[in-house]
Amino acid sequence: MILRYTAQRLLMLIPVSFSISVVIFMIVYLLPGDPIDNLLRVGSSPEDRAELVAQYGLDRSLVVQYFVWIGNMFQGEFGQAIVLRRPVADLIAQNLPYSLTLGGLAFLFSSTVGMALGTLSAMVRNPVLDRFVRGFILLGSTVPGFWLALLLILFFSVNLGWFPVSGARGWESLVLPVLTIGFGGVALVARVTRVALLDVQREDFVTLLHAKGLSSGAILFRHLMPHALLPVVTILALRIGWILGGAVTVEFVFGRPGLGSLLIRALGQRDYPVVQACLLMLALAVMLGTLIGDVAQAAMDPRIREKKS
Amino acid sequence: MKTSSMTARTLDAFARMSIGRAFASGIGMVAGGFLVLLVLVAIFAPWIAPFDYAAQNLMNANAPPGWPHLLGTDEFGRDVLSRVIFGARTSLSVSATAIAISMAAGMTLGAAAGYFGGFFERAVMTVVDLTWSFPDILIALIFVAIIGPGLTSTTFAIAIAYLAQFTRLTRAQIVRLKRETFIEATINLGAKPSHILLRHLMPNAIAPVIVVGMLAIGDGIVLEATLGFFGLGAQPPTPSWGAMMSSGTAQLFLSPWVIIFPGVAVAVTVIAVNLFGDELIRALDIRDRLRGS
Repeated sequence: MILRYTAQRLLMLIPVSFSISVVIFMIVYLLPGDPIDNLLRVGSSPEDRAELVAQYGLDRSLVVQYFVWIGNMFQGEFGQAIVLRRPVADLIAQNLPYSLTLGGLAFLFSSTVGMALGTLSAMVRNPVLDRFVRGFILLGSTVPGFWLALLLILFFSVNLGWFPVSGARGWESLVLPVLTIGFGGVALVARVTRVALLDVQREDFVTLLHAKGLSSGAILFRHLMPHALLPVVTILALRIGWILGGAVTVEFVFGRPGLGSLLIRALGQRDYPVVQACLLMLALAVMLGTLIGDVAQAAMDPRIREKKS
Repeated sequence: MKTSSMTARTLDAFARMSIGRAFASGIGMVAGGFLVLLVLVAIFAPWIAPFDYAAQNLMNANAPPGWPHLLGTDEFGRDVLSRVIFGARTSLSVSATAIAISMAAGMTLGAAAGYFGGFFERAVMTVVDLTWSFPDILIALIFVAIIGPGLTSTTFAIAIAYLAQFTRLTRAQIVRLKRETFIEATINLGAKPSHILLRHLMPNAIAPVIVVGMLAIGDGIVLEATLGFFGLGAQPPTPSWGAMMSSGTAQLFLSPWVIIFPGVAVAVTVIAVNLFGDELIRALDIRDRLRGS
């Protein structure tokens, strides 16, 4: 059942990835500036230029360029970075681990701390704690990420000297970036967990469980959590895309290598193949996140798989 | 003419009943009051700012907060307070304009998709769902990369980044309303589609869209600040909160106040927008309708 649902969702991804790939291909084609200009030496002739254009296949029609490009993508052949003059696949392979580590840790951090905070504020009816958590949620979802990053650098790196200001050496350099990206996520997950728990608590069956004399702990973990998890998993899956978006800014501020800083640099240098590959990777991650979220939802709630299949 | 006066009347009624009620609570009054004050400050910036925002004084560069420069000066000796005050103009107007464009386009697309359905609806929703799953900063970055940095492209980049949200929400409202008996009755009475859409569906669908638009202005301010921080938004010497922080990064250790105060301005403004938006949602009692989309 769940396998069939997963297969259906995977099939649905085909037209979606096709449209995404066309959009990415087109967007990059619309970028102003010409990478060939960056490659030409001063004083080179129009013939030199035409040769370079032909070498990179930029003289063929758009449709041909698209199919050549997408065909290469399927073979894991991302082409040659025009400005950096290295295989794009190498660049991706070099930068991806940094982004994955950062994103994975930020994801872990925001899901665990967020759920704990959300549960705490929903369960403990303490107005002071509740206000604190709600204030934190508000702050986390409104403060711009790069500003938070700068403040953290200012406080922890400059004033206290605990963590390095920038770079990616050792675990110390991961602490502040993970905190920065995770902060917004913690707030979001906490809010969703809180609302979901409060919603379920109002149900009649919970009153019955209390009346039966079940302890609050047992009610929470065995009966409330399974219900509350549904929206939390959904938001966490969607969060994957947002973590990647946050990583773009945070990698930039902290001067870390990664897909985000690679993308920003390539955008500045008009390095088409790199921009395309980075965007495709990010899009792929976002789609995978949505897929995982949908499948997890269906696994937890039979009503969803019956409705959609 | 008729439809515009109709919309105006709906908006007017909307404003009277909900804004008044949103102001009624304590939080709503503080947040709303702050926003009104901020808009006034932005409008009357030339009379309020103690110094010329572009006046450089290299002899007094990177001065810490004190007298007469209450929030200190930046690396060119420009008054930070005056730049924050003038920055409010840029940030508020860019975000508000962008959201207005986004709302208008999203409502049109969403209403058309929800009302006509069929292939058009599927095409629109596919594109919308695509952009919806992408982080707004990525969409905005790509867009600015295509048409070049500046305030105009920032405005359109923000508008595009939030287009999906308004389209989805409007469509959901229209689809829900289409099933109501009074719409069925109007259709059976032989009303034209344009009449049904503009006089019966839109006035009933508009409230949640406006509230989300209000909240989106806060997100727009953050996005504008981020683009400005990347150096893609306001160009010097135009002050914007994001651009100020961008030039301040180089002096982070020397003069942190250049970064701290514009950031505080962004954070406080966005928090106020969110708190006031929440009060609006409560006053209008539309929480369930927002959740459905």
